[in-house]
Amino acid sequence: MRVALFIPCFIDTFFPEVGIATLELLERVGCQVVYPPNQTCCGQPLGNSGCQADARAAETLFVQNFADFDYIVSPSGSCVHHVRDHLTAAPDDDARARVRTNTYELVEFLHDVLNIRDFPWAEFPHKVGLHNSCGTLRRLNHASSSELNLPFFSKPLDLLQGVKGIEFAAPQRPDECCGFGGTFCVTEEPVSARMGYDKVRDHAGAGAEYIVSADMSCLMHQKGCAERLGLPLKFIHIAQILNGAKA
Amino acid sequence: MSKVDHVKASRSFIKDEPHIQFHDKRLWQIRSLRDQQAHGIPEWEQLRELASRIKEHTLSNLADYLEEFERKAIANGVVVHWAANAAEHNRIVHQLLSERGVDTLVKSKSMLTEECEMRPYLEARGIAVIETDLGERIQQLDDEMPSHIVIPAVHKLAKDVAEVFADTIGTDRSNDDPHYLAEGMRQDTRPYFLKSTAAGMTGCNFAVAETGSVVVCTNEGNADLSANVPSLHIASIGIEKLIPRLEHLPVFIRMLSRSAIGSPITQYTSHFSAPKDGGELHYVLVDNGRSERLAMDDFWYSLKCIRCGACMNTCPVYRRSGGLSYGGVYAGPIGAIINPTFDLKKYSALPFASTLNGSCSNVCPVKINIHEQIYKWRQIVVEQGQVSFIKKEAMKLAGKVLGDPKRYRQLSEGAKTIGGLPRAFLYNPFNAWGKQRELPAAPKQTFHEWYAQNRNKDDQPEGKA
Repeated sequence: MRVALFIPCFIDTFFPEVGIATLELLERVGCQVVYPPNQTCCGQPLGNSGCQADARAAETLFVQNFADFDYIVSPSGSCVHHVRDHLTAAPDDDARARVRTNTYELVEFLHDVLNIRDFPWAEFPHKVGLHNSCGTLRRLNHASSSELNLPFFSKPLDLLQGVKGIEFAAPQRPDECCGFGGTFCVTEEPVSARMGYDKVRDHAGAGAEYIVSADMSCLMHQKGCAERLGLPLKFIHIAQILNGAKA
Repeated sequence: MSKVDHVKASRSFIKDEPHIQFHDKRLWQIRSLRDQQAHGIPEWEQLRELASRIKEHTLSNLADYLEEFERKAIANGVVVHWAANAAEHNRIVHQLLSERGVDTLVKSKSMLTEECEMRPYLEARGIAVIETDLGERIQQLDDEMPSHIVIPAVHKLAKDVAEVFADTIGTDRSNDDPHYLAEGMRQDTRPYFLKSTAAGMTGCNFAVAETGSVVVCTNEGNADLSANVPSLHIASIGIEKLIPRLEHLPVFIRMLSRSAIGSPITQYTSHFSAPKDGGELHYVLVDNGRSERLAMDDFWYSLKCIRCGACMNTCPVYRRSGGLSYGGVYAGPIGAIINPTFDLKKYSALPFASTLNGSCSNVCPVKINIHEQIYKWRQIVVEQGQVSFIKKEAMKLAGKVLGDPKRYRQLSEGAKTIGGLPRAFLYNPFNAWGKQRELPAAPKQTFHEWYAQNRNKDDQPEGKA
């Protein structure tokens, strides 16, 4: 299967290891991965700020870069949510519609499209706290959210259970937002930081050694909070664990 | 009207550790009780869907249902008044009171009368207004707005209430036992009900078109006292409170208190249809911007709101900033989408006081797409020019850089030099990220550079600086 790899700007810049793990994992499960070299950003930070018009150039470029692919896969739930639900600044044409439909977040791509459950090469003998970002949880439907009276399911958990040795911590508020929120993290700094502090304390209190997520942006914020608080938590993207990272 | 500064208000709220801890935990506990109740009803999600459709149907045929409601009410002996806005509402109420020589209005909780700023209007005209809901009375005596739709004084600790009551109704300052304080308030309020020159006022949770009756849901029984003891009862009703028939009411009653505070039902669910013997019942039907909102394609769904406050209880931002930080009658997520319809400039910060996490929409018993409306309000705030020059220019610049691979590469590949900068340079007042958080370490190379080096040696990506 031919897959285009969409590496969001902040992963490109700050977390190349997450991009590498995603690339290697997709290749490991048999995909032919193409990385369109001219990619920058999907426009989410602008759309989220209400500045949809300013997102036009970034979104148009995004559509150009990915228009020829049936599967566009990214290790970032919030960016995929933007592409799927909010990418409306680029010209309204077939290419845009195609790109919006064909973009998948990594976990849902593995779980729903490739239908993979076992990761025999992966072993992670640590206690992890799973952080479902709000975008993946409530918009991409990664898992049942606690507010709704619907049967329990969790795609990231289904995948992580295919990893040897992994254990799960049970925080008190598993799907409370961590306070990253895109530009919210700087424009509403006091509340954002407080939410982050509460989130990492909850995971630490539940005995988590690592916090794992399909969203590196939440983890970037939580890591910054945990380091400032001096909590001994480590942070890892789900792609890294599924690709066989040991620590 | 000056702009609400949510960031500043939240910063001072967060500084007070005992208060923010109590506030967050108390409301989270209520959210958890709500979950238990909601998860205990197998058809909960169907009820939400049904409630949403009943409300959407009613709002789509609102004029007809309002007229039916008026006809039935008049037939029952109720006097019906129509108020286009807050000023008309206040004028009508004042006229009713002054014509009858009323000098004291005992009232139960009503967000609508807060919205109309009725209390100061009547007080300026010599009429004492006595809030008889405990939380609302606390806020009245402390001269503050309610910070929550259902729990007006939820941001206060018992000791704060002891201070307020000691200063205003003479309770013992050192006694912050909630039972003692509630009893003190009761003793202080009860005589007002019995005054011969008092009138009573209630709000309205549901107005039933079929019967012309008003349904009021409370836990303290104060609405029933307000309505039944004085001879004049005025009910202020927002026009969006209509439901078509009595058979629709249980759908909402089953969800209102469960959503609001996690209890199966309010202690009192009172139906008022006709004046009591020898008394008068007046309805004031108030628009105050509702028709205008009904005409807004993206925002009319907010009129489905039944004022349960579940979106506030679940909102992680509300729990950590407090209702007063929203600076308006409606706080929390529902406030972020309703207040801007009254005054976009004043409330332009509110749509940004959200992480767009969507929990509010999931708990809403009438399925208002709250977080999607917040997203849309942001665009309107920007379109109307209600953002700072700095933000506008920064976003314009970001748009240009992110739309141009060459300029983007210069920036992303330049980021690694950040790591070499001294800490004092990075962590300064201009770095909002770094005030309470560490910055991510800059890696040796970007993913793009790694890919070019390891996977794509013969084909250097375009746009490489």
